[in-house]
Amino acid sequence: MSAITPEIVAEHGLNPDEYDRIVNAMGREPNITELGIFSVMWSEHCSYKSSRRHLRKLPTEAPWVICGPGENAGIIDIGDGQAAIFKMESHNHPSFIEPYQGAATGVGGILRDVFTMGARPVANLNALRFGSPDHPKTRHLLSGVVAGIGGYGNCVGVPTIGGECDFHPAYNGNILVNAMTVGIADTDKIFYSAAAGIGNPVIYVGSKTGRDGIHGATMASAEFGENSEEKRPTVQVGDPFTEKLLIEACLELMATDAIVAIQDMGAAGLTSSSVEMGSKGEVGIELDLDNVPQRETGMTPYEMMLSESQERMLMVLKPGREPEAMAIFRKWDLDFAVIGKVTDTRHLVLKHKGEIVADIPLGPLVDDAPNYDRPHEETEKQDVLGPDSFTAPESNADALRELLATPDLASKRWIWQQYDHMVMGDTIGRPGGDAGVVRVHGTQKALAITTDCTPRYCKADPVEGGRQAVAETWRNITATGAIPLAITNCLNFGNPEKPIIMGQFVGCIEGMAEACLALDYPVISGNVSLYNETNGQAILPTPAIGGVGILTNYEQRASIAFAAEGETIVLIGDTEGHLGQSLYARELCGREDGAPPPVNLSAERRNGDLVRGLILTGVATSCHDVSGGGLLVAIADMAMASRIGAVLDYDRGGVPSYAFLFGEDQGRYVITTNSPELVLEQAAVDGVNASVIGVTGGATLKISEFDSISVAELTQVHEGWLPAYMAIP
Amino acid sequence: MKPAVIVFPASNCDRDAAVAIEKICGVKPLMVWHGDSTLPDVDLIVIPGGFSFGDYLRCGAMAARSPVMREVVARANNGTPVLGICNGFQVLTEAGLLPGALMMNAHLKFVCKDVALKVESNQSMFTSAYQTGEIVTYTVAHHEGNYFADDATLDQIEQNGQVAFRYLDNPNGARNDIAGIFNKERNVLGLMPHPERMIERDLGGDDGARMFESLVASL
Amino acid sequence: MKARVHVTLKSGVLDPQGRAIQHTLGSLGFGGVSDVRQGKYLELDLAETDRDAAERSVKDMCEKLLANTVIENYSIDLVE
Repeated sequence: MSAITPEIVAEHGLNPDEYDRIVNAMGREPNITELGIFSVMWSEHCSYKSSRRHLRKLPTEAPWVICGPGENAGIIDIGDGQAAIFKMESHNHPSFIEPYQGAATGVGGILRDVFTMGARPVANLNALRFGSPDHPKTRHLLSGVVAGIGGYGNCVGVPTIGGECDFHPAYNGNILVNAMTVGIADTDKIFYSAAAGIGNPVIYVGSKTGRDGIHGATMASAEFGENSEEKRPTVQVGDPFTEKLLIEACLELMATDAIVAIQDMGAAGLTSSSVEMGSKGEVGIELDLDNVPQRETGMTPYEMMLSESQERMLMVLKPGREPEAMAIFRKWDLDFAVIGKVTDTRHLVLKHKGEIVADIPLGPLVDDAPNYDRPHEETEKQDVLGPDSFTAPESNADALRELLATPDLASKRWIWQQYDHMVMGDTIGRPGGDAGVVRVHGTQKALAITTDCTPRYCKADPVEGGRQAVAETWRNITATGAIPLAITNCLNFGNPEKPIIMGQFVGCIEGMAEACLALDYPVISGNVSLYNETNGQAILPTPAIGGVGILTNYEQRASIAFAAEGETIVLIGDTEGHLGQSLYARELCGREDGAPPPVNLSAERRNGDLVRGLILTGVATSCHDVSGGGLLVAIADMAMASRIGAVLDYDRGGVPSYAFLFGEDQGRYVITTNSPELVLEQAAVDGVNASVIGVTGGATLKISEFDSISVAELTQVHEGWLPAYMAIP
Repeated sequence: MKPAVIVFPASNCDRDAAVAIEKICGVKPLMVWHGDSTLPDVDLIVIPGGFSFGDYLRCGAMAARSPVMREVVARANNGTPVLGICNGFQVLTEAGLLPGALMMNAHLKFVCKDVALKVESNQSMFTSAYQTGEIVTYTVAHHEGNYFADDATLDQIEQNGQVAFRYLDNPNGARNDIAGIFNKERNVLGLMPHPERMIERDLGGDDGARMFESLVASL
Repeated sequence: MKARVHVTLKSGVLDPQGRAIQHTLGSLGFGGVSDVRQGKYLELDLAETDRDAAERSVKDMCEKLLANTVIENYSIDLVE
């Protein structure tokens, strides 16, 4: 076996100090297979070596949390013996290199994280971020990513019910593809990854192993250079048909009591799954690699252990249950092989052709992983800019028309029409609203699910941006009438070895933690994606948040569409006309400066609780939160969704009209009602600012006596941008 | 009424079809695995949507050659009503029970949206609860829904009154805006849009429910 | 024996993928491509050693599964 040279160590993304730790952990020089295993386990992707100490600051507990971070996905109790299991994960680097397969396998991976735990996946969402629409690659990347997400999700038969899609030049060289899956399980049928039972068989199921994506996990932890497009061969190819079979076979086996532990093979496949199962169970694992189903001939132990072939799982079964398990996997035409056993050595031992080819103590492999306290520098605070710092538009209607056709605000129908969002027959809140809503099959319950983040706020003020990202998901869930329960996240940042980037990470975590605490809204799973930089150019800090909430009776839900003509429109929350970091400032004034709007977490909670109460009692007939683009965009959304216009008549209390209409002050909602007095009364009791700002009706949005625009025209510009953009070859 | 739903490995609307049948027809359908070469005595066979065999080779091609399909073809030829929805329509054309073929959408993309359809004839056990000429809304969700038949076949289909549903705003390039067709005897219906996804207001509409009501009335 | 099977859309059947490929070739500056038809290529490893028998068998496979003769043509090429 070849000696390990410093070059080989460097090629594995390990620095000399880390190599010394490996030698120390092993008590000898590792061989190449062992080095490969250490390199993936100690990569940023698997070890969270730059982020671990900070992630601990996030609140992860609540009475309804069944399982927090650390397993394949997080679990919350949704009553009646049922649980929601969910997680979000990034597939940024693979998607940039090969958008279709990168995005498709991202969806496949997150689905496996969820059904591994015993859940039937019921909803997918995707938070996507692309470079400038003018960048020559953007169109190709967007089209490939959307086709890949659809190609995979549509085939497995899980509805894709929402997500987000933004554009910014900071993503020109590093797009973000963050996929989220939510599943439902019975609380007494949840499966974990800790191996147990000395001598129990270790089973491999799913697709065969090939030389796919070797070193994907280390690729996901390295900065891109000019030649990243040459990395194409390491990208894995997804097979949604096999995934669908794997879902059905696993759920069928899970209905029995044959499984002791189960873990999907994600990044670093066989390595990470066997190490996780052994170390969580505080046992050893012995694998005979000759029994691993292989797609190619002559594979080495190194290749088998590092392969990222998709649609594979590792299980520990109760002794003697192999035949019934095998029968199920054979029925679904999937490979099933006993490849090893649980031991009491607390070592990972690999055999190949009768020889021991690796013998690694699991304790040190996991516990001695580097844990860095990287230097971090706080982002300099920016000035709070008053409305006067920004120019007023010629007319507010023109500004609205222009804003609705900008890339971030334009309708994303072109994207979500390529996703089957109706399969499974429970989607009652389709894409395009505040949150996607799916019924819990066969019950009166429904889950409201959303993903959100405003990276421009995070860049300007990481702490405020972190708060806002969490609060916005809470708000979007609240706007359907659901009670927000917990979040997952995908923390996408640049190179953590740069103090300013590390400072963005630490700041966003701080803000997220504050918001989670204030809103009783813990983090139950997540993923960190660092080194999103190309040639030293980092992405905007993007802590994408995926939130889940529950409606106990879905008939009480609200949608963003105005319910009827002649209803009173009420604005909930405080409006100061904050234009710093707003889309108005960026898109119409060409400015990306100033402090972002502050999030007042106690007001956030007060306002949201009031709104939810009004929805559930039927007082509010429709509801939309106010976010990017401000109040007028929110009202336009409601008008377009219902094809009902509105006549606005509001007291702006000294705030210039454009700041009132386009400011992005936080914690606000627009509701409609037939009982405005009741709303104002209740708001006054709760100490919430509420004001009547108009009435629904007609076919135009009348902003003032002299300024109006038809709903049809709004729809035309809003729906027009993306299809027109994508139609250019 | 004794309905059966055929289940292929990657069918994914099998449950949706079963839910619709149970809700509207009041009877739980039999779920029949594609590998079975026998089919119990049933009076309605539904081939659901999905990706049967990953839609590899061609949509519905391998499903049409699975063991249970021989029996389905025999029953259809003996008059048992067979309903193929979406991937089920593709399977029925591949199995030769319906003329023509379903090709990739003209715009090359998957499309999931509500579509308005014109009911071309209520003279069938699938459509008797509709009015001929009525406009209804179903959902489409497919990548290969672009109906093709050569000119002679198309003429025949039209002359025989075999067109069951036509798109008002063609979402996939289908010839003659065809969304669904009967066989000549009208005991086999294949259509790309999903009636089973439109069975209650909460899902966006209930126009699809009447297809199942029609079946209840005639079986 | 190896059988190489090409499956293509019949002439007269619209090929949206071929058209899109042609369009993109044009936008990449490849002029003079008057038509593109895309299809499938399959390679079968056969145990059969008799050429005629192999040809008959692969033809049968094409008729029964590999091609949809409503819209597709096929051609078979046998190599020892």
